[in-house]
Amino acid sequence: MIHIFANYGGTLLYGLGQTLLCSLLALIFSLILGTLFALLEESPSKFARGVARVYIEIFRNIPLLVITMFFYVVFPLYVIKMNGFTAGTIGLTLYTSAFIAETVRAGIQSVDPGQMEGARANGLSFWQAMRFIILPQAFRYVIPPLGNQFVNLVKNSSTLAFVGGFDLMYQGNVIASSSLETIAAYSAVGVLYLVITMPISYYMRYLEKRLA
Amino acid sequence: MLQNFIDAYSPDNLRYLFGGLGITILVSVVSIIGSFIIGSILGIIRYVKIKYFSAIVGFIIDVIRNLPLILILFFTYFGLPNLGVKPEIIPAAILAMTIFESTMLAEIVRSGIQAVDSGQMEGARANGLSYWQGLWYIVLPQAMVKMIPAIVSQFISLVKDTSLATIILLPEMLYRSQIIYGQNTNYIIPMFVAIALMYFVVCYCLSVLARYLEKRQA
Repeated sequence: MIHIFANYGGTLLYGLGQTLLCSLLALIFSLILGTLFALLEESPSKFARGVARVYIEIFRNIPLLVITMFFYVVFPLYVIKMNGFTAGTIGLTLYTSAFIAETVRAGIQSVDPGQMEGARANGLSFWQAMRFIILPQAFRYVIPPLGNQFVNLVKNSSTLAFVGGFDLMYQGNVIASSSLETIAAYSAVGVLYLVITMPISYYMRYLEKRLA
Repeated sequence: MLQNFIDAYSPDNLRYLFGGLGITILVSVVSIIGSFIIGSILGIIRYVKIKYFSAIVGFIIDVIRNLPLILILFFTYFGLPNLGVKPEIIPAAILAMTIFESTMLAEIVRSGIQAVDSGQMEGARANGLSYWQGLWYIVLPQAMVKMIPAIVSQFISLVKDTSLATIILLPEMLYRSQIIYGQNTNYIIPMFVAIALMYFVVCYCLSVLARYLEKRQA
């Protein structure tokens, strides 16, 4: 395995960079989208709740790979051309945002309803109360599950390998087929994934324990 | 456009796609049963804290949990032949899924056991049962009931994850849809609609079930 790092270090590092970049982009966008849909689901408007429900159920119940392939295969034919990295990141964002929406909603619901009532009684509008009173408290509960979502995101970013996204998994395949040392190549890739995911999931477990 | 849909959903194509659904379900069901058994054993080992052994098992579980499933698929399908074992596609997919999912289920089992009130074990011991008897007859049955919704949710992600096995050419829905639209690019959209719908129906029904079970327990 060590000679894989020695011979293909640059390729692996490039793949690691792509994986991290894709995961971070998808995390940022899916946090925004996910929070938005969580708020819609908690909003007083029945229509908004319906829209959010449909969005969440669709993207939670369709495999990530199908979503990604849709953007990679169908989009370029009828809308605009995009490379594998873009298609993969969009797919990952939409897929993860549905899970983040559920996580954030659970966080909002775990805040004592008296907080909202108190805020409304003090003259804040629903959205002001959400923004200044509920969300700041909800996010504290939500951090450990969000961290676990990020771990999933990093793992799921390996679907980029299907669409030529030049991520870590993709480079691992390239190395495996050019060096013919499949086990060593995949082990090297595995170690690099673990370097990202293990510390986060251990830290989240620690946070979970501390919050409980 | 409509004509494309009608042509794409010819009886032959549909039969071919539904055959893929059958493979998806076969692989998922066999894997969930296998990983339930292995996961329960691993979860119990991790829970009972046998010196060193539990810590090592726990570390291995954490390592596998934190790897992408695709990597494990590659290991079983392309890595094992290097060690002299050449698995067929379907067993390789089932093996990879089982390895991955049993670590997920191990965590579910462990937290399920932890969620049982510790007074149950104390009561069992006070009534003369040994630690293992108390675990087997008193704690585990209660833990299993608590775990069911989480196991159903895990099964949903397993069903979705079988699509990843197209990369080792497992002939499930996504793979078969690619074969169909590979012959005629007009079929691309109808095929995506069809497989998205099939996955959605299966997974949505399961998630309704999971939610119902969760409510009934609360």
